[in-house]
Amino acid sequence: MTPSLLIEQTLNGVQFGIMLFLMSAGLTLVFGIMNFINLAHGSLYMIGAFAGAATQAATGSFALAIVAAPIAAALAGLVLESALLRRFYGRDHLDQVLVTFGTILALNEATRILFGLTPLRMDLPSALAGHVEIIPGAPYPTFRLAILAVGLLVAASLYVIIMRTRLGMWVRAGASDRQIASAMGVNVPLVFAALFATGAALAGLAGVMAAPILSVQVGMGEPILILALVVTVIGGIGSIRGAFVAALLVGVVDTFARVLLTPALGGMAIFMTMAAILAFRPKGLFPAHG
Amino acid sequence: MADNPPHPVRWRDALPPAILIATLAATPLVATAIGDPFLVKVATRVVIFSIAAVALNFVLGFGGLVSLCHAGLFGVGGYVVGVLAWHDFNAEPVWIFHGTSNLAISLPLAAMTSGLAAAAVGAISLRTSGPYFLMITLAFNQMLYYGAIALQKYGGEDGLQIMSDVSLGPFDVSNRYRFFYLALVVLSATLLLTGRFVRSRFGVALRAAAQNETRAIAVGIDPWVYRLVAFVISGALVGVAGALLAAGQQFVSPVDMSWDRSGDLVVMAVLGGIGVVWGPALGAAVFIVLELVLSSWTSHWQLAFGLLVVLIVVTLRGGLADLGRALAGARRMEAARG
Amino acid sequence: MRHVLAPVFALGLLSGAAFGAEPVRIGFLSTFSGPSGQLGQELLDGFNLALDQNGRAIGGRPVELIQGDDQAKPDVGRQVAEKMVEQDKAQILTGVNFSNVMLAVARPVLDAGAFIVSSNAGASQFAGAQCNPHFFAASFQNDTASEAMGLYLQNKGVKKIYLLAPNYPAGKDFLAGFKRAYKGQIVGEVYTTFGQLDYAAEIAQVRAANPDGVYFFYPGGMGVNFVKQYDQAGLKKTIPLYGPSFSLDQTVLPAIGDAAVGAYASAFWAETFDNPQSKKFVADFEAKYHRIPSPNAAVAFDTARLLDAAARSIGGRIEDKPAFQKALENVKFESLRGNFRFNTNHYPIQDFYLTEIVKDAQGRPVMAVREKIDSDHKDAYVGQCKMPPAN
Repeated sequence: MTPSLLIEQTLNGVQFGIMLFLMSAGLTLVFGIMNFINLAHGSLYMIGAFAGAATQAATGSFALAIVAAPIAAALAGLVLESALLRRFYGRDHLDQVLVTFGTILALNEATRILFGLTPLRMDLPSALAGHVEIIPGAPYPTFRLAILAVGLLVAASLYVIIMRTRLGMWVRAGASDRQIASAMGVNVPLVFAALFATGAALAGLAGVMAAPILSVQVGMGEPILILALVVTVIGGIGSIRGAFVAALLVGVVDTFARVLLTPALGGMAIFMTMAAILAFRPKGLFPAHG
Repeated sequence: MADNPPHPVRWRDALPPAILIATLAATPLVATAIGDPFLVKVATRVVIFSIAAVALNFVLGFGGLVSLCHAGLFGVGGYVVGVLAWHDFNAEPVWIFHGTSNLAISLPLAAMTSGLAAAAVGAISLRTSGPYFLMITLAFNQMLYYGAIALQKYGGEDGLQIMSDVSLGPFDVSNRYRFFYLALVVLSATLLLTGRFVRSRFGVALRAAAQNETRAIAVGIDPWVYRLVAFVISGALVGVAGALLAAGQQFVSPVDMSWDRSGDLVVMAVLGGIGVVWGPALGAAVFIVLELVLSSWTSHWQLAFGLLVVLIVVTLRGGLADLGRALAGARRMEAARG
Repeated sequence: MRHVLAPVFALGLLSGAAFGAEPVRIGFLSTFSGPSGQLGQELLDGFNLALDQNGRAIGGRPVELIQGDDQAKPDVGRQVAEKMVEQDKAQILTGVNFSNVMLAVARPVLDAGAFIVSSNAGASQFAGAQCNPHFFAASFQNDTASEAMGLYLQNKGVKKIYLLAPNYPAGKDFLAGFKRAYKGQIVGEVYTTFGQLDYAAEIAQVRAANPDGVYFFYPGGMGVNFVKQYDQAGLKKTIPLYGPSFSLDQTVLPAIGDAAVGAYASAFWAETFDNPQSKKFVADFEAKYHRIPSPNAAVAFDTARLLDAAARSIGGRIEDKPAFQKALENVKFESLRGNFRFNTNHYPIQDFYLTEIVKDAQGRPVMAVREKIDSDHKDAYVGQCKMPPAN
């Protein structure tokens, strides 16, 4: 592998990792703070992608699609949360898994009925459709650089909000000890609903950012949900910093394993990584629950 | 709960599983009466997945461990039967041994192999807990799955057809009725065995560790050991279920080991009720019959299936077993209280 | 019931037309749920269109279509197939789209005495050693489309090719088929995980290897992802993309869009085919389902027409199995593909074409026929098939 190819593959790995981070950020927030396993996070990602593609098809505007997707996902999240999922906050993980599993099946099938069977697509505006030669001899797709930028922006904003604001203090308190949040006189149902909607909006954003490079189809949420769960668990549930590090790790490991190992081993690589990390750090790299 | 003494089987606890087994045992008679032998195939599938779900629930309901690698262990059992039958059919020895299509040999071997795999997975996975355990077992499931795909000699992703007829000792069990009763005997044994285990000192300790780990350690229970033993027993049993599926269908493939099949087993268990030994068997029956009936009505059956799952979780906290017990026991409870 | 119907049967034996009362029961087992659910629907729509145009009859008898979902899982498929032949008494099974499902399903169906006429899955096992008197593939053998593209690139003198496919049997079949015909230099042969989302790493490797072309087999969502990302990396103009039609047909083209324009596909049928029956089919399909049909839908349409023609030639008496087998073997019908007949292993002998992805009058990407690659193409497994005598 030549040095420039090595750099390019590292960039590919980092970029894939950032995409996983966009997906994992919302998942780890809801999981860590509300102690709620939301398997339907993948469905919210799918809703974001479909909303984006449909908005672009209707209006022709890429920018509008990018804005509409997180809003649609957040609204869908709010409806789900208030109508169904909030009853499950106090119940054990198993019931949460089951109810969100049922939700996935129903939402997938509803999307299929609504949008038909052929996958949708989302086109890039010409400014983002090209490529930039940041590495000599290896033009890099502009849009992938845009994903990188958006991911870093989201990571930075979440970091600032969580480490530097009062809201963030509650969140950190909630993540390390769930009793405290309510003891502090916070309107817990409202905060939880807002948090869930934020997580959903992040999933929707991830969905619409993935839409131009991936097939917008029913069931698109599940493969990426698995990867996001892997990231969340490796990073330590509830830790944004952990999710960021783990996402980059998974992205880079997956990229190089695919290129360097046999296909069967390449497919296993991230799972082997996860098993190895959890064997030695049973609560992930950055355990939030102490 | 932790200081509950082991208690003997009460007839009221034994009634629902007895009804379940009796209903299943009557299926072939009904099938013959109405001239629909396909019912026996459905019942066989119900029985096999009941074994798997009951086996899973041994660690899930009583050990508090949500495992997502049971489909992988299920498949290991299936592949043991499939590979041995392949060597039997192709008259190619496995190292120094002959292959075999005799379940009297391959079933125990399947149980042993799955149990060993479970021991390896469990020894590492049980260092973690909660959602971390769920995910590390998912990782091991994926490794077993990709491992099966890598078995190019035995069909890889295509799966492995069993060409020879399976027997049990001197008995030919390739006939569907005989095979069904064989599976039913295994299910009954599984229910009895897990029932005994749950009520034993071992089971009490296992449940104690699940409910309050700190207290369990304080009274001298090492949860890791108890959980590992339970995990190995559960893995061996689920391997037997996988072996039976492979033998009954004369086919085994990596798809049997995919992680969503692990998820299906969890859904069956929770649907039926994880608080009682027989609950998951009820869940498996409902899951399989619903899937078959709904999917023959409409290609959008997963919408109805998903909503039904949601409805059951919302309304019945103890799964369908609650419903069964509520119907069966309501009057008696009233009487007892009154 | 039996007694009441007995005289009717007796009459039926005297005149084929009286069989009109007894329906032909066809099991349509395919993938209708999950990410591959689109495939099953595509096949069913094509099949139904042919039935509708034929008064929902096969060989002059009404059709009872029993639909089933295999969920892309072999064991589920087997269960549903057993239900179809045992409970619903299906006489013909069709629709199966995955080879691994077909491998699990074939034995119980054939053992029960039903015919399998595949409208899609073309596993090599049943073309070769496991060929069966009652198993027919109206579709294709998996390797053939790849052999055609290999042949084309070989004839054109393209020197260096890079190969990509998912790591599963059909992926290996497709690349093996390509290598059977293409004798130039293979500068890379990469198998990716089934269902992979991101192909940036593989695309970077392709650029580094600098081949004269890329041959890829990625059906469904994988194809959408790969082609879009390949185009975004700016490689399509310098290193052309070649694939079998399954990577570039109407199940994926609407989702790929302009990114696919300029890629090449080898095909036994394309939506731009210039024969009257094909033109009518495309127009009718679009009018009914509001989308352009894929080759999958076309083959399913052909399957229904083929069943009708074969059954009609024996007066609808498909219960006479040796006669129905013979009728299928020698079937004459107006195939959408033009040239079509069964080989001795019950797999097709058909022509292959090179198509290029272009935009049609409405700006939609379609496969446009450029040249014929091979006439009367046969699969490579027919030699291994010792077809047992009819029964």
